[in-house]
Amino acid sequence: MRKGFFTAALLLGATVLFIRFNYALRDHDAIIQLCDTCPPGFELTSDNECEPRNLYMMYSSLNDKGVGGLKTALPAVRAGFSPQQIDLGRYLFFDPVLSKDGTISCATCHDPDKGFSDGLAQSVGIDNYVLPRSAPSLWNVAYMQRFFWDGRATTLEEQMKGPLYDAHEMGNNPDSLLATLNGIEEYQKLFSIAFPERRGHEITLPEIYKAIAAFESSLISLNSRYDQYAHGYADALSPKEKEGLNVFRSFVARCAECHTPPLFTNQQIAVLGTPDPEGMPFDAGAQIPMNDSTFRGGFKVPSLRNIEKTAPYMHSGRFKDLRETVQFYTDGRGHAVPENEELIIHWHIWEPNLADHELDRLVDFLKTLTDETFKPKIPDQIPSDLNSKLAN
Amino acid sequence: MEKSKKWPQILIGIVLLSAGIFVGKIWFNPPVAIPLPVAYTNNEGGNTGVIPSSYDPVNGKIIEVKDGDKIQDAVVEAKSGDLIRVYPGVYNETVYIDKDGITLQGVTINSEWAILDGQSQLNDAFLYSGNNITIENFKIVKYKGNAIMGQAGNNYVIRNNWIIDTGVYGIFPQFGKNGLIEYNILSGIEDAAIYVGMCDNVDVKFNEVFESVAGIEIENSRHALVESNYVHDNTGGILVFITPGLPIKTTFDVIVRNNFVVNNNTPNFAIPGSMVSSIPRGTGIVIMAADDVIVENNIISGNINAGIAITDLSFGAQISKDPDSDPYPDRLVILDNFMHNNGTDPIEEIKVAMMTQFSELGPDIVAVGGGTGSTIRNRNQYRTFGIGGYGEATITNTKNVKTFLLDEMVQPRSITASERAKLTYYGICAGCHAYDIKMIGPPTKIIQALYKDNPEGIAEYAANPVKKRQDFAEMPPQKHIDDETRLEVAKFMLSLTK
Repeated sequence: MRKGFFTAALLLGATVLFIRFNYALRDHDAIIQLCDTCPPGFELTSDNECEPRNLYMMYSSLNDKGVGGLKTALPAVRAGFSPQQIDLGRYLFFDPVLSKDGTISCATCHDPDKGFSDGLAQSVGIDNYVLPRSAPSLWNVAYMQRFFWDGRATTLEEQMKGPLYDAHEMGNNPDSLLATLNGIEEYQKLFSIAFPERRGHEITLPEIYKAIAAFESSLISLNSRYDQYAHGYADALSPKEKEGLNVFRSFVARCAECHTPPLFTNQQIAVLGTPDPEGMPFDAGAQIPMNDSTFRGGFKVPSLRNIEKTAPYMHSGRFKDLRETVQFYTDGRGHAVPENEELIIHWHIWEPNLADHELDRLVDFLKTLTDETFKPKIPDQIPSDLNSKLAN
Repeated sequence: MEKSKKWPQILIGIVLLSAGIFVGKIWFNPPVAIPLPVAYTNNEGGNTGVIPSSYDPVNGKIIEVKDGDKIQDAVVEAKSGDLIRVYPGVYNETVYIDKDGITLQGVTINSEWAILDGQSQLNDAFLYSGNNITIENFKIVKYKGNAIMGQAGNNYVIRNNWIIDTGVYGIFPQFGKNGLIEYNILSGIEDAAIYVGMCDNVDVKFNEVFESVAGIEIENSRHALVESNYVHDNTGGILVFITPGLPIKTTFDVIVRNNFVVNNNTPNFAIPGSMVSSIPRGTGIVIMAADDVIVENNIISGNINAGIAITDLSFGAQISKDPDSDPYPDRLVILDNFMHNNGTDPIEEIKVAMMTQFSELGPDIVAVGGGTGSTIRNRNQYRTFGIGGYGEATITNTKNVKTFLLDEMVQPRSITASERAKLTYYGICAGCHAYDIKMIGPPTKIIQALYKDNPEGIAEYAANPVKKRQDFAEMPPQKHIDDETRLEVAKFMLSLTK
């Protein structure tokens, strides 16, 4: 008995030593170990890059635009990050140390448990500041060509500088962000693992942006029941859901004209004339970045994947649920435009006169676009936390 | 609606443009090298015109649908290569075809058709997303959206259908490549009777379209032939244009020839806000922002506004601009056409333009706005406004272009079973199984140990999983992956080393 206990203790000790030894060898003493395999949806290449793999790669699309019908290829994808960069991005994404006062992380507004949004009509930034718009979901952003509701950024790197440095969102600035991260030994080690070929020891801004973009690009949702249907499994959808799909793609409802499969967005800006919440001033939307009054009140067509998870809806969350949202489209062209506004409403917004049961079926169908099987794990510990613990 | 505001600007534009061109000609008389139109040069040698349905003839079984049956039930049953024959009767349904290689054929007996009747309640008669779909010989009436709408199917044939009052569009293929639309008769459509939207390689031939707002529309599409159609009594006859704000941004390489385009004088009854709501009635052919369009040997007569109207995107419907779409019609070619009795009662703005040319008759051809490189043959045969900048056509005909249909069927992307297995493993299975770490399901390495040399075992289990392990969640069934692929994935799993 005693002998057995002794052996067990010895084995345990050896294991601990072995693990420590391995850490030391592989991760330069970093306590957190960066994942060396790709997240699901990716294959690791011999160049240590994660390349997307999904069934939509079996198809092509007209003019390579990634819009069309059921068996249509996706648009161009942002990829080629290493597993370590993706995993480092995950730590950064969940780390509130990125904000001015250490209270807000990317995940505060892009919560994986809330469809990578926050469940709020208008997101809340630093010092509880209520922002004018809602937080867009991050699912499948690897395939997006425009970011923000008004489409003002064309890369993830450009996009993330918005919230990071906006006085009302995360409130940080580049110098302070660099100083903070470089002051955390664990991050220094992790960055040197994720960016092994760099010279010097300092963490740089492009490395921070790249790691976060790498993680965001890994958030893939392409395995919904809709997808099973699209790939040829007719029983994946119920009769009611199929009825909803047919309403969705019909030229009466016209949903699929802008929310075009397979991404369920055509990535264009559209003026819908949706109402802002009571008491809020009219949001000019894309008119401002595009400097073009014909885009007044225009917003990016969002993807509908995982839309079930991201209520409330529209740029400032005016509609509390999907039923209310689809109702908007049948209530008449321009019905919610303020009296003093003259908007150029998109030509697809008309009066489809959808019946109540058709609206219900649309909602049924939208819920078939839910797939969170590749939801990433929230880190158990984050480097900044470790830093403060080690310091104590 | 908004057109009334716009047209005075057009008028001023026309006057200024004409004056500018006149002065410019006198002062500079620039030698202009006009390039050959793309449609012409790209087709030297030409396609031979293989009809898409003949690449892959019906080789499966024949499924018969009789009055009282559902056409959809036959579609559910059908496999690629099958023919569905629909017998005379009235069918009140929306038929959707999300599979490849299906031919739907109405059977007409004693002049009785197979009729799809939407009873002004249903949205669409036919919706298809599959490749190699043929829909022919149906009478389709009273739908709210479309008679036949395609989303991304290639190699389609839509033939010999009789379509009346089916809502917004009659025939509307979208995102498809290599399609033939022929011998259809359509009327009473509140937008375009035949609407080719965001497609490539389409022939639209031998159709009759009438009493609709627009007869035939070629929009954001390339390589389209509109030939030998009878287009009459619409608001506008044939439209070739770019709509801004769509994901595919261009229209070019279009030939409009040998059509009758007559008496398109029906008052505009389009839905407010739609692209066609701003078409002045009595317009035979409209070319807006499209490039490399050749108009040849059409009979264009009795269109009271204009025979051919050419504009850029600054005129027409009120619509958000698109920085990614070129707004100007470039390199148009007007060849010999028979034009007679057009422009007898044009819109006010054209009337004023007529005054500047001391003409009491309206235009066969009117062009407003920008655009370069366009040419015309024997311009004196027409009464024209605003085409002073057009050069002399460098071609006389398009005889060498027989069709824009491809010589070979558009093939699906070629992919081997093992490649498919890899995409399935990383794209689906990897959500729960990593090689040597525990995720939601057991590591692939452990599965390898359990199922060594037995991929069939994995494939079978994955189709009908049972709860096996206390420490793992029960696996959801993977029946959505077909049997062959499931077995290939199993083999792939067993072959992995990391």
